[in-house]
Amino acid sequence: MLAWTIYLSFAGALVQALLPKGRPGLSRWLALAFAVLGLLHALGGFVAGMGQGRQIIVDLPWVPTMGIHYLLAADGISRVLVLLTGLAAVAGILFSWNVELRTNEFFAFYLALIGGVYGVFLSFDLFLLFVFYEIAIVPKYFLIAIWGSTRREYGAMKLALYSFVGSAMVLIGLLAAYTTAGSHSTSLIDLAACAHAGALPISFQMWCFPLVFTGFAILAGMWPFHTWAPTGHVAAPTAASMLLAGVVMKLGAYGCLRVGIGLFPHGLDPWGFSFVGIGSWRDVFALLAVIGIVYGALVALAQTDFKFVIGYSSVSHMGFVLLGLMTLNQIGVTGAVLQMFSHGIIAGLLFAIVGRIVYDRTHTRQLAELEAMHLGKRLPFAAWSFVIAGMASMGLPGFSGFVAELQVLVGAWIAKPWWTIAAGVGIVIGVAYTWRALQKAFFSDALPTAHALEQEHNHDHQFAAITWPEVTGVVMLASVSLFVGLYPRILLDTIEPAVKALLAGGGQ
Amino acid sequence: MNYPSLYSDLFRATLPETALEIGALLVLVVDLGLLRKAALKTRVASASLLGVAGCVFALWFVSLAGAAGLSSGDELLIATGGYIGAAQSGILVLTALTLLLLIGSIFTRHAGEYVAVVLMAAAGGLLVASAQDLLVIFVGLELLSLGLYILTAFAKHSGKSAEAAMKYYLFGGMSAAFLLFGFSYLYGITGSTNLHKILLSAFYASASGGAPLLYVALVLIAAGLGFKVAAVPFHFWAPDTYEGAPAPAAAFIASVSKVASFALLISLSTAGVHLFDGVHELRFVAFNNGPLPRYLGILIPWMLILTVLSAASMVLGNLAALAQTSVRRLLAYSAVAHAGYILLGLAYFSHSAASANAILYYILTYGLTTIGAFGVVSVVERATGSDRLDAFLGLHKRNPLLAAVLLVLFLSLAGIPPLVGFWAKFNLFAAVLGVSAGPVPFALVALAIAMSAVSLYYYLQVLKRAYVLPAIDESPIKAHPVTLIVLLAIAAAVVLLGCFPSLLQNWIASFYR
Repeated sequence: MLAWTIYLSFAGALVQALLPKGRPGLSRWLALAFAVLGLLHALGGFVAGMGQGRQIIVDLPWVPTMGIHYLLAADGISRVLVLLTGLAAVAGILFSWNVELRTNEFFAFYLALIGGVYGVFLSFDLFLLFVFYEIAIVPKYFLIAIWGSTRREYGAMKLALYSFVGSAMVLIGLLAAYTTAGSHSTSLIDLAACAHAGALPISFQMWCFPLVFTGFAILAGMWPFHTWAPTGHVAAPTAASMLLAGVVMKLGAYGCLRVGIGLFPHGLDPWGFSFVGIGSWRDVFALLAVIGIVYGALVALAQTDFKFVIGYSSVSHMGFVLLGLMTLNQIGVTGAVLQMFSHGIIAGLLFAIVGRIVYDRTHTRQLAELEAMHLGKRLPFAAWSFVIAGMASMGLPGFSGFVAELQVLVGAWIAKPWWTIAAGVGIVIGVAYTWRALQKAFFSDALPTAHALEQEHNHDHQFAAITWPEVTGVVMLASVSLFVGLYPRILLDTIEPAVKALLAGGGQ
Repeated sequence: MNYPSLYSDLFRATLPETALEIGALLVLVVDLGLLRKAALKTRVASASLLGVAGCVFALWFVSLAGAAGLSSGDELLIATGGYIGAAQSGILVLTALTLLLLIGSIFTRHAGEYVAVVLMAAAGGLLVASAQDLLVIFVGLELLSLGLYILTAFAKHSGKSAEAAMKYYLFGGMSAAFLLFGFSYLYGITGSTNLHKILLSAFYASASGGAPLLYVALVLIAAGLGFKVAAVPFHFWAPDTYEGAPAPAAAFIASVSKVASFALLISLSTAGVHLFDGVHELRFVAFNNGPLPRYLGILIPWMLILTVLSAASMVLGNLAALAQTSVRRLLAYSAVAHAGYILLGLAYFSHSAASANAILYYILTYGLTTIGAFGVVSVVERATGSDRLDAFLGLHKRNPLLAAVLLVLFLSLAGIPPLVGFWAKFNLFAAVLGVSAGPVPFALVALAIAMSAVSLYYYLQVLKRAYVLPAIDESPIKAHPVTLIVLLAIAAAVVLLGCFPSLLQNWIASFYR
């Protein structure tokens, strides 16, 4: 059932590519149909997989001489992330309902990207995973470069090169692991079994782990390799930035967890010496994660562009995911996976509000200019959506972000208390930048400039009415976040056994 | 591999070459005799189709010759089967494709001569791929190269074409001299022109205290062959030739000649690693420290030379390509870079067929992709009169199919899965690490992968113009239907072979039985 999410998306991309030009309406409805079908399959797979362990979906020999399998499988982590992808895909299409330029090509690239993302989450073969991971790079470039806004070519090229460099690092590590393990199968299950049987020497894991982990973490927005994220997010069209923050950054984090930690469990062992309190790769990456949390939040506080605020907040929130992974305990890693889901939903919502609902009407994202527009009164829907999304993003109880970040913090406390304290500072700043953006963009009392007043009087300046796709999208995303926040068990029951199995050694 | 010793065997082994030569003569007779008064279009079409027919016959003979075991090869002139069969089939298929591209881009009135020269050069390529003897190698290389010089100069009305041909010829002549000089040293030292015997004698020579002259010979040969594959620092001809030659000729130079030259390099390396197979007398050579070291005699310096060429080509080719504004020159530098990756596979060559197959996989798929790339460039060039990057502006509007083909081919060249270029690179690097996973080969593979990350930038520069930037001129570009079909077939093959990488692997492996 889950495998159909991949095939449906690629089929959708192909159909879009072959559609006649100049039929944007048809193109939109078709894209929505394919995305909704994908979501239904993801949901069906999620429900059917409740209480189940890892299930193999397809296992065919693909390149027999090298032991490469076409191996799709799903465990709890995959199911949750596939569900996230389905939700983000549908929401993204709803918020790109107003794309008029080369509509069918837009949705072709969009669905190809979605297909690649589904594929990564469901691959249990090292090289299949890598193939899907790279498939996702090219559509991202074109989505941003063609349909983007501010400095789009720069942002798109930067994103593509960062991704490709990251995946080059991953490929080097994978080739090394493949030749070192001497395994005749590249299935992650077999390789993890090999690794646990000692086929990968600890000294090898020690240098290969950071390579692979960093390669994936570049796409997860790990400080200091995060700089592609804000520029990419800002340059991207709304749907693409929703996907970038919502699912593409999760690809990186997922790779870190599934391949990095799953395959090189000893890569995180202590080095045997320590330097200023740092005695293992675990400490290094946890430190980078904490810096990312605080740094992202501080930079978000100083932004003048509304979208940059959300872009940097993504860096900060993804820091929680990486920190959760580095706790290496049940609760922390579970929290990290839940945070991937939660941030995917919330960041998607935030980008949708800023990029689609606000920007497409006001044509500015400068907080200083938005201040003068009285958006709180003129676009009450946007304002109140942002209040909800902002509360979710700050980590207020009742929303998914709270449960996720709380678990990460508890896990971090068990591992090393100072991580929790530093990350807690990040949460406080998070409240500050969200509040600042909310207040400046929607509820400012600043007087309108003379120019704006004149414009308003002369043209009876009215913003276009809120359309039904926007309402549907906002309601969908906000209610998912709320639902998961109120009843987190629904995801945790699926995530926990999978995390337990992964931490015990992926070879189970 | 089957080693013919009798003349009848030799004749049977050279049937493919014979078929091509007969094809070439037939083309001349038909074009200059029967169709003398016919329209140019008819003549071009008939010449191309006759040429393709010649290739098909040759292909049939290659498949007949294939399939035999490995035996001793001391008196050997040419060999068949194994990787040689695969390389020869590749040469013939790629030649046929370049001939079909001619139909859509007529640049000369001398269609018959053009096709005949292509076929003769391809025959030279077949000979080079199968040669096991210095003299045969040299004859084959010259037959191939002379054909290429003529092809480069074939657009007689174009000054660029003449300039490119002159440069190519001068560089080529010099490198042939180097090669011959190196060969003469080899012959002088070892007293044989047979590859296997030479390597054996060279082994004795180096075992008994080393022979500095051998190393001089190796460097000279590396210069000669480095020129053929456009490895840094012998690559200077490539950008000018790629830029000046008429498009079908450039496609031929970039694909067929590369396949032949790399097949020759595979022969050299294979002869080297199979030094001791079936040679009895060597059992009495005593070694103090245990098992035989894998590389002996001249193989270590040869490997060192290849490694240096490889690293230099990867780095310089990719970095120089970043700065190009002409797509043909960009393709030339990317060819230098790709040659660098392949040379790495040759430097770390395995005793089993893994390395040979990986290199063939790479060069065949690379040749296919490059022909497609030149096909697209030639169509754009005919419409806009230039191969500058800006000539590709708005291609997705002017001809969506052509733009899609360009997208697939360039992404494949950059090594993005699931296109075939990714598997080619992956196979090759896995083969290198399979031979030795020490720090040096690993660092070289890491360098190669990092450099292919760099290459994405310049391939995207072209695709960006085709898809992203606004068009200056939106008038549609028309491609000849035959060209379009060939290009679509190539793009489909690139996708299909990428999705099912074992198809081509099995095909290459099928020549070994």
